[in-house]
Amino acid sequence: MDLKDLYRDVIVDHNRSPRNFRPMPDAHRHAEGFNPLCGDRLVLYVKLDGERISDVSFQGSGCAISVASASLLTESVKGRTVAEAEQLFTRMHELLTRDDAATDPAALGKLAALSGVREFPARVKCASLCWHTLDAALHREAAPVSTE
Amino acid sequence: MKVARAAAAQSATAPGPIDVEAVRRDFPILAREVNGKPLCYLDNAASSQRPRQVIDAISRYYETSHANVHRGVHRLSQEATDLFEGARETLRRFVNARSTREIVFVRGTTEAINLVAQSHARPRLQPGDEIVISWLEHHANIVPWQMVCEQTGARLRVIPITQSGEVDFEAFLGLLGERTRLLALAHVSNALGTVVPVDRFIREARRRAIPVLLDGAQAAPHMPVDVQALDCDFYCFSGHKMCGPTGIGVLYGRESLLAAMPPWQGGGDMILAVSFERTVYNELPYKFEAGTPHIAGAVGLGAAVDYLQALGLGRIAAAEHDLLDYATERLREVQGLTVVGTAPEKAAVVSFTVAGVHPHDLGTILDHEGVAIRTGHHCAMPVMDFYGVPATARASFAFYNTRAEVDRLVEALQVAREMLA
Repeated sequence: MDLKDLYRDVIVDHNRSPRNFRPMPDAHRHAEGFNPLCGDRLVLYVKLDGERISDVSFQGSGCAISVASASLLTESVKGRTVAEAEQLFTRMHELLTRDDAATDPAALGKLAALSGVREFPARVKCASLCWHTLDAALHREAAPVSTE
Repeated sequence: MKVARAAAAQSATAPGPIDVEAVRRDFPILAREVNGKPLCYLDNAASSQRPRQVIDAISRYYETSHANVHRGVHRLSQEATDLFEGARETLRRFVNARSTREIVFVRGTTEAINLVAQSHARPRLQPGDEIVISWLEHHANIVPWQMVCEQTGARLRVIPITQSGEVDFEAFLGLLGERTRLLALAHVSNALGTVVPVDRFIREARRRAIPVLLDGAQAAPHMPVDVQALDCDFYCFSGHKMCGPTGIGVLYGRESLLAAMPPWQGGGDMILAVSFERTVYNELPYKFEAGTPHIAGAVGLGAAVDYLQALGLGRIAAAEHDLLDYATERLREVQGLTVVGTAPEKAAVVSFTVAGVHPHDLGTILDHEGVAIRTGHHCAMPVMDFYGVPATARASFAFYNTRAEVDRLVEALQVAREMLA
């Protein structure tokens, strides 16, 4: 198990310079995610054009895995339909938790950089927090999402 | 019970510092590897490791003497009772209580505080009464009081801390009033390592006849504790932070207060006579020990105390202080590192942040180097909020740690910086 499998260049880069890291005052949807174990907190904002996610951004603080994961998420779901984003969520969940993941990493694009997280069980929640938060935002869940 | 054999070779009366290499041989777990590197265990404030002497005492108890206590007339029950009550006497001596009636075995510090909250405080509190705690407290010394406040209409008052992580004594004096019914204070902060000068606080509280509870979870393993000299009313600590088993701890309570308290839980062992009309509760301390106790835990904790006392709490404190000084100095070399909590009196705990590297990432990277530290809020979220950080990394040392391990911590932190900062 190599640390470089966890902290790949893509992840280090997205942690240092997170993409779409900004508030969105005119967001149609937003949700808050919190990981009480390590104190990761983020707010995810979504703008919708019909069924399509026309813009998405986030703010907050957290470990490299959670920040990079959220940054990668925003790049991956922008322009997709809600149904497509949900499909990605399912695939990411498999990628992060299942050794026998049938998901082809190539289908996930840059998100595949997070596959090393699977080897670090204590960190899976860091990577999945933003996806659960997106799910909550898309379904208008009012209460903050917690990984606990 | 046999006293710590290996440690006896360098007893408390032996001159000079602890022979750390000899001590390390007493702890089997210190010989293991993590990620192909020798374990460097710096998470002692969360839980310490156990010496062979404690592990053996527990095994020997189960292999030769186990039966239920205080019940049978048969030989094993008598032996188990003698071992269990012998451990209570060992613990009495450890904190210098007047009597074993003042030593209640509980699951740990958390249960001890809950016991006092529910059995001492709850029946006495009226709406508008006040309980005083400090900003430094572990959640275990916050939540039980919040619960009892909710149950009774009492109010929780919190003594602020200073930027260095000391409990503000002047502010404390301002908080004491007509309605103050209890002071509950950490002896040593788990998150920052601050040693609270509890004597001053206790003196002021006692002058106003306010009972005082001390959370000694972080103090008992690292410094001599004398409840009579402290003049506190309750003192709580856990076995697993002082080389003993998990699931066992002690509530020391002043006998007059314990005697006036109703039982905490009902069941066997805490009664003298039961009928459906009336039950007569057992005498102290059994009134507070319903059900079959953690006998092996108490035996193991007694062995842990024997081990610590054979080394000498004073020598343990000196060894740990040396590690604290060395670590504090060496950590200055790490660029971007800020120590959180800089009180002049500290136990061997260093909480810190590193610019550009989240504590959680530090934890993972250090683990990869075989270095175990705690990262997160340390069950003290108000302390984290005070410093405006979501989490810190915390290295906490025990007498079996070495300067070479401090060096490994610093090297691992440099690796983390190179990787992420």
